[in-house]
Amino acid sequence: MSAAATPGEIQTVVAARRLREARSVFIGVGRPSTAAILARRVHNPQLVLVYESGTVGAKPARIPLSIGDGELARTADFVVSVPEMFNYWIGAGRIEVAFLGAAQVDPYGNLNSTVIGDYEHPRVRLPGAGGAPEIAAACGQVIVIAPHTRRTFVERLDFCTTVGHGGGPGTRARLGFRGAGPTAVITDLGVLEPDPGSRRLILTAVHPGVVPDAVRRETGWELEVSADLRVTEPPSATELDALRELISR
Amino acid sequence: MAELVTLVEGVRELVADGDSVALEGFTHLIPFAAGHELLRQRRRELELIRMTPDVLYDQMIGMGAARKLTFSYGGNPGVGSLHRFRDAIERGWPRPLEIEEHTHAGMANAYAAGAAAMPCALLRGYLGTDLMARTRAREVPCPFTGERLVAVPALNPDVAIVHAQEADRAGNVQLWGIPGVQKEALLAATRRLVTVERIVEELEPRAGAVVIPGWVIDCVAEVPGGSSPSYSHGITERDNDFYRAWDRISRDRARFAAWMEENVLGEVPAR
Repeated sequence: MSAAATPGEIQTVVAARRLREARSVFIGVGRPSTAAILARRVHNPQLVLVYESGTVGAKPARIPLSIGDGELARTADFVVSVPEMFNYWIGAGRIEVAFLGAAQVDPYGNLNSTVIGDYEHPRVRLPGAGGAPEIAAACGQVIVIAPHTRRTFVERLDFCTTVGHGGGPGTRARLGFRGAGPTAVITDLGVLEPDPGSRRLILTAVHPGVVPDAVRRETGWELEVSADLRVTEPPSATELDALRELISR
Repeated sequence: MAELVTLVEGVRELVADGDSVALEGFTHLIPFAAGHELLRQRRRELELIRMTPDVLYDQMIGMGAARKLTFSYGGNPGVGSLHRFRDAIERGWPRPLEIEEHTHAGMANAYAAGAAAMPCALLRGYLGTDLMARTRAREVPCPFTGERLVAVPALNPDVAIVHAQEADRAGNVQLWGIPGVQKEALLAATRRLVTVERIVEELEPRAGAVVIPGWVIDCVAEVPGGSSPSYSHGITERDNDFYRAWDRISRDRARFAAWMEENVLGEVPAR
């Protein structure tokens, strides 16, 4: 009998489940990468992992530290240059799902990974845009993976690095974006999804043992709770064992 | 035909104070040894250009060699912050650092435009973000369909420096594994230096490899292990422990300076 799942493990397992039907997923390092590798092992062995370093169809046996680890290139179906990755594969909309992280998420799923504080005199200088703006514009859908705290879930971003649903309905169409944008934000407390009308994120699922008020307390805006609030199915023994085995490698 | 030189000669010949310099490499084949030689030769006032300024640029920024940084993602991949990069931007230490930031797609296309001798690149991107107001990117309509597009100016560095697996005696270079944006950076630059793991009598054709002819390269220097702690696919392994250790070394100004003195500046160049 293994120990109960931690909130972080539940977050990873829930993210992996979103890839059951997907053909391809774009991933950065960290929890998104772990979730996608887990999905290939337990749900969807055909899943094509795409890393922005240019490796398409990588089959890592271990969790890579960087998006350019040698194992990704060695096990890939093919490897492309950075311009080809962004123009032919991401920009052209050939990747179905993208997993993105961020330091701040606002009610419309817009993301900040540039600065905390003022741009000219930042309190914290974050890494910057990387591939996120074009990934979020063009991939079929975006799933945001972030820790659920008031520091992360804010009413107003300090800097809009990546457009999710912009200012609400119609923003993405006006900007010429082809993907559907954020379809879910998966946290260590639950799942937020955009309301089909307003495009604002609402709480649609809580993880086992989490009450909606606890999620609302950790959200920096008046978080609406869905009338059909679900409780996340706990990780199965198969999911949890596979995840722990993967992390121990 | 490229000249075969030592690393010391190549840097002395091709890089001047004040130059814009792109030491490219997208997590793989990062030209660490060449960057360290720039520091030993005390190059100053550089405009450093790179999509992913990681540990090497953290070191160069922390040593005060850069006046400006043009980039699209400044992090230690999988580890966290670049502390010297942050210290320079947040607190101006050891000197203020001007920045110009883009997205990966913008910068990759700007290099490709530079390589094609075009003045700018067109892409879908930047629109709707706060980056538009902070960088050199302009919205332009497609002349045929009217679609909203963005133009970014071409990148043409004074010098590009890349690391590859091998070169022959005429300076023809072959690299494989993750190709990054090195070919574009080299072709976009005015002067070009390539360091290689080994000089071979003849390049053996490899499927999927990138070959760059010696007649578009100025200097080639043999520097075995020249990408460490990054790696050269098939020859060396990425030293992930060092990337993790860098977080602790670089957090503190004094510890950083001492580490650089001992491991980079004090090292007598044997090549």
